[in-house]
Amino acid sequence: VTSAVWLAAYGLFAISENSMVLSAAIFTTLIGLIIYLHFVKVDQESLLVIGSLGIQVTSSYASGKESTTFIEMGQVKDVVINEAIHMQKVIYYLCILLQDPGDPQGISEVVPLFQSSKPRLDCLIEVYKSCQEILEQRKTSPQSS
Amino acid sequence: MVLKVFFPSCCSSAESGILIGRWISEQNSAVILAVVHFPFIPAQVKQYLSEVQRVTQVSVAVLGSWSNSKEKKEESLSEFLEDLGTIFSHEPWIQISKEGDSKFWSCSTLQKHSTHPKEEEIILVYYDQRKVMLSHLHPPLDTATSTENKADDASKLAAIFDTVARSRVLFMTDRYDDGPIKLTHWQSDGVEASIIVELLKQASVPACMLLTFLLSLISGICRSRVLKFWPWSFLWSKLSTCEQLGHRLQHLQVISSNKKAQNQTQLMRKANIFVSLLIDVALGILLMSWLYKKNRIGHLADTLIPVADHVAEELQDLLQWLMGAPAGLKMNRALDQVLGRFFLYHIHLWISYIHLMSPFIEMILWYVGLSACLGLTMALCILSDIVALLTFHIYCFYVYGARLYCLKIYGLSSLWRLFRGKKWNVLRQRVDSCSYDLDQLFIGTLLFTILLFLLPTTALYYLVFTLLRLLVVIVQGLIHLLVDLIDSLPLYSIILRLCRSYRLAAGVKFRVLEQQDGKPLRLLMQINPLSYGSVVQTYRLPTYSCYPKDSWTSLCKKLFLGELIYPWKHKGDKQD
Repeated sequence: VTSAVWLAAYGLFAISENSMVLSAAIFTTLIGLIIYLHFVKVDQESLLVIGSLGIQVTSSYASGKESTTFIEMGQVKDVVINEAIHMQKVIYYLCILLQDPGDPQGISEVVPLFQSSKPRLDCLIEVYKSCQEILEQRKTSPQSS
Repeated sequence: MVLKVFFPSCCSSAESGILIGRWISEQNSAVILAVVHFPFIPAQVKQYLSEVQRVTQVSVAVLGSWSNSKEKKEESLSEFLEDLGTIFSHEPWIQISKEGDSKFWSCSTLQKHSTHPKEEEIILVYYDQRKVMLSHLHPPLDTATSTENKADDASKLAAIFDTVARSRVLFMTDRYDDGPIKLTHWQSDGVEASIIVELLKQASVPACMLLTFLLSLISGICRSRVLKFWPWSFLWSKLSTCEQLGHRLQHLQVISSNKKAQNQTQLMRKANIFVSLLIDVALGILLMSWLYKKNRIGHLADTLIPVADHVAEELQDLLQWLMGAPAGLKMNRALDQVLGRFFLYHIHLWISYIHLMSPFIEMILWYVGLSACLGLTMALCILSDIVALLTFHIYCFYVYGARLYCLKIYGLSSLWRLFRGKKWNVLRQRVDSCSYDLDQLFIGTLLFTILLFLLPTTALYYLVFTLLRLLVVIVQGLIHLLVDLIDSLPLYSIILRLCRSYRLAAGVKFRVLEQQDGKPLRLLMQINPLSYGSVVQTYRLPTYSCYPKDSWTSLCKKLFLGELIYPWKHKGDKQD
């Protein structure tokens, strides 16, 4: 993308003989790079599951910005691995199912996780097993007290 | 179940004492609000707590004991603390102890009344008391609409934020007060206040009363019978300046009302309106000072007349072009000449009117420019009205052309039906067959042919003037869009999000701190601020916004049929 922008700018410069075009192109590329790093490029994604509090999903971008969402345990119905058919292949993604407050059996929202890092199935299975261990405890503990 | 203890980070270095706060049994969590130090008399503590409970409606109770010993643990102190558990009976009794400067504290609970004592896991969550007290938790936008089952589904976090926010009165006593009880909380080093804020609060009451009085006078004048007569009320509704003025007066009324804001949304709305008005007036005064320097108004007035002349000349050229053979189309000579001369005469009238007004333009502009001090939005509205007035002749031409075209289309359609032997039944609102006499058919067919061959001429005039009118409408629409933007942007909320982002919370985020085996899990709870998009969406000010009345298809249909289009509908107009 950068090379295309600079080639076009050089072409314009050759036609118009105005050096402002070149500096404008450099400026635009720099600004575009900063915007990309801050809003688009994800460095790291993490999932924190605390049995009695909730689930927290963080993504940290290349510029250091971190965006977090915390979902309370009362809203979480389950954590599952979903399959999706995309073009010619099947992709797997982990997602959190949120409870519908009106309908105990229904699901109000599906929150997909790890959208940018897209780990493969074996990695997802490990994460799934750990999440299920913690969610199991939540189901059994209210009955014991 | 796991026991969660929310501990304020300001109390980490407090001396030993007992913990007071609120116990939320449904979530098995304890929110600690302050630490009461030794020496104290238990009866006085209980009395103080019941007073606080009465004032704040928060069930504050003694939850446990806190020991902060600089040296190694003293056995006698720990027994003393356990005995305290019998005086203040609370189930479960939480004991937190910190040794020296270690980061890892030991927590334990004492259950006296349960039959099977079990080892409960404890999670220690640190929170910043001041930030949580001041912040306002926003529910997610989609669930805010379904509030029927909110009562028992109240989210856990909302309960915690609520507890801390409502216990404000507990934080009013600091450690320098001579009371029977010594507390530690975030304000225990002295209640913070600022002189400027206090002065403003004192000054605002008489200022509000004065404003309310003035506003009632003005609205009384506006509503008086004099203005209900036809010319004034018509002008009032047509000029957008007057609408904007009314809108701003309404805003001022909201700000200057004496009642304190009941809840967060009202407070934010008042603050937003206030800041928006201030910025508006500031920008307006800036614009005014720029305009009046170097006699720019004079320059503007000087260029206005030649511009109007130029526009009129361009129109004349356009009409001459239409009267000839525009774009190679062959027009009907006679009709062309009639219409062309008619419109040319109108332009001639308009130019003479402008020339008549030209000596007064500068003075009028000068006084009108003064009204920019009421705000930038007013200046923009006046600009839009001036544009409308200057292009009034285009509007007139559009109306003439549209009416003519409309008549022609209706005539054509009804005569076409006659041509085919049908008639429009008004009673039944449908097309019926009808037998006409021979002379009716003859005249009908003749008229039909005449109208059909005159169609291209009228259609061309109609097209040209409609395009011009649409251009003017688009320019006015852009100006109104800008005015709406300035009106509805919640500037105070955006600045708050920028500078004090913890006040607008979308949620919380947890960070796991260092852990040690055998000690409880330590988490740090921080406030997750709302994103800018949701800030603007939640706190937008309502406007008398103009939005297009028709969809694209109905607009095209109206254009085709020649009906007059008024593309912008104002909120509050009666539906017809």
